[in-house]
Amino acid sequence: MIAFFVKRFFQAVVVMFVISLISFSIQDNLGDPLRELVGQAVSEEERQALREEMGLNDPFLVQYVRFAKKAVQGDLGNSYFFKKPAFEVIMKKLPATLELVFGATIIIVLFSVPIGVYSAINPQSWFSKTVMGLSIVGISIPVFLTAIGLIYLFAIELGWLPSYGRGDTTNVMGFWETGLLSADGLKHLILPSFTLASIMLPLFIRLIRAEMMEVLQSEYVKFAWAKGISPRRIYFLHALKNTMLPVITVGGVQIGTMVAYTILTETVFQWPGMGFLFLEAVNRVDTPLIVAYLIVVGAIFVVTNTLVDLIYGLVNPTVNLAGKK
Amino acid sequence: MAESTQNMEQHPTALQRFKASHFWHSFKIDRVAQFSFLIFLTYAILAISASFIAPFDPYDASQIDIMNSEIPPSWQEEGEEDFILGTDAQGRDMLSTILYGTRVSLMIGLCAVALQALLGIVIGLTAGYIGGRVDSFLMRIADIQLSFSTLMVAIIVLAVFQATFGTELYQQLAMIMLILVIGIAEWPQYARTIRASVLAEKKKEYVDAARVMGFGRLRIMFRHILPNTLSPILVISTVQIANAIISEASLSFLGLGMPVSQPSLGSLISSGFEYIFSGAWWITVIPGVVLIVLVLVMNLLGDWMRDVLNPKLYKG
Repeated sequence: MIAFFVKRFFQAVVVMFVISLISFSIQDNLGDPLRELVGQAVSEEERQALREEMGLNDPFLVQYVRFAKKAVQGDLGNSYFFKKPAFEVIMKKLPATLELVFGATIIIVLFSVPIGVYSAINPQSWFSKTVMGLSIVGISIPVFLTAIGLIYLFAIELGWLPSYGRGDTTNVMGFWETGLLSADGLKHLILPSFTLASIMLPLFIRLIRAEMMEVLQSEYVKFAWAKGISPRRIYFLHALKNTMLPVITVGGVQIGTMVAYTILTETVFQWPGMGFLFLEAVNRVDTPLIVAYLIVVGAIFVVTNTLVDLIYGLVNPTVNLAGKK
Repeated sequence: MAESTQNMEQHPTALQRFKASHFWHSFKIDRVAQFSFLIFLTYAILAISASFIAPFDPYDASQIDIMNSEIPPSWQEEGEEDFILGTDAQGRDMLSTILYGTRVSLMIGLCAVALQALLGIVIGLTAGYIGGRVDSFLMRIADIQLSFSTLMVAIIVLAVFQATFGTELYQQLAMIMLILVIGIAEWPQYARTIRASVLAEKKKEYVDAARVMGFGRLRIMFRHILPNTLSPILVISTVQIANAIISEASLSFLGLGMPVSQPSLGSLISSGFEYIFSGAWWITVIPGVVLIVLVLVMNLLGDWMRDVLNPKLYKG
């Protein structure tokens, strides 16, 4: 177990290192920090002196080490546009994105588990067939079209739900601006969460259905039937447990995909989260902010993937923990 | 002459073999597959012949009149006969723009998948056949790359390039950049599938036989093993094309893909999005439907192919 943990941890560190290298080379090549500082009206000599003083003429490695030291302390430079530390700006937007992902996850779990299990138990019913048919249509609709469709129907035609922004937010614990505590905030959350959930929902329904059908064919389930255990117990205790194993792994990998899709969802709904901020930063060539986003999102990816692997290793006793080749 | 007929009887031609195959048989009885294939073919033909059949040339500024902007489709009250599907905000004929846009979307999708397949096949074959350290190294890279979603990588790479090049230069390079980014980001899908098949094929006797006969590594890999791994490649290719088209549309929607002057379906939808609130739904909805149908058809074909060619379910 410890060997497995160490190995995964080591891999995570290597990936973070590569991400930081990439981020640094972006910062190094994109935009001129000197111009941002002093503007155009400085002579070439002063410029060179300043470059030397700021260490911009140092070798790549020296500069990288300096960058990494600061990055570990959470100092990623100041955003050109906001004139504030980039890390702080990103962190302020993080709650909005996390709440969006949270809302979408709840919708996915609430819908995919019952529907997937039902259609695995009754594969021939009209409901299961409709679900399977609809799921392939669902996979084929790009997320921004889902968003546009939902806005058109619920915000423009029916006027039930707001089409953009986050609505009222409440401050919790001093730093977390939440929209989950007010009716207005929740109302604003509905359409974006459903949009984000719509990408994963067909996938998860199909996955749960397929896994469940496979498990229901297995020997131990047949044995459970033979013992005369009640169907409910077999389906939800014996079969569902083993169905969830692969679902956890896929789910973990999909969190990364979800973060990517928050960029699209947030853009359409003008949701004030990290993704929306990132696209704005790109348009303004706000390098420190781009780099900060890369590192924060990279860290989210690496941490979730490592955690998922570890959980999977803990839950599934057949995983080769020692990592033998 | 007589000899060649005899040969013919012993070795049926490729077409005859194809007609007798399980693949063709299941295609003949599956309505959904036939229908999907027909629609895909229609798309392909329309896309290829876009410059002949489109009533206007959306790339030609002299044919565009800003006075014609936002005309609804011809079946609506304010519609005009000339513009069957209406016009967009710049006064371009929607039908022509959609035809050209479909061509752009399909081309990016196909080229990107070709690149994925090329990289994936070479890497997958190498990893599977050589094995050992090379294998674990390549597959570790594939794992790591897969853990970052394609869209995420594509957005970041394209965003950085756009910021570096400036918008103008970037727009000229957009198509190549899209193909490269979508192509490179998804190679692990192919590599993993092929590696798995290679591992299974490698143990078979014909590979041993080829090795004993003294054929080189490359020859065995590409001439002997590769043809036997083609069916899983075919299955993932259709789905990959669908995914590539969606990725391209999403990137264009974000403004990181094709420019409005040379729109793909995604950038067309994006340019119409601001007008949907003022009632000009057709600029968004019509290309949206065109896009969804195209992707849906590819996914249906992929699903059907997986059922037919899945080596787990069917053993020939």
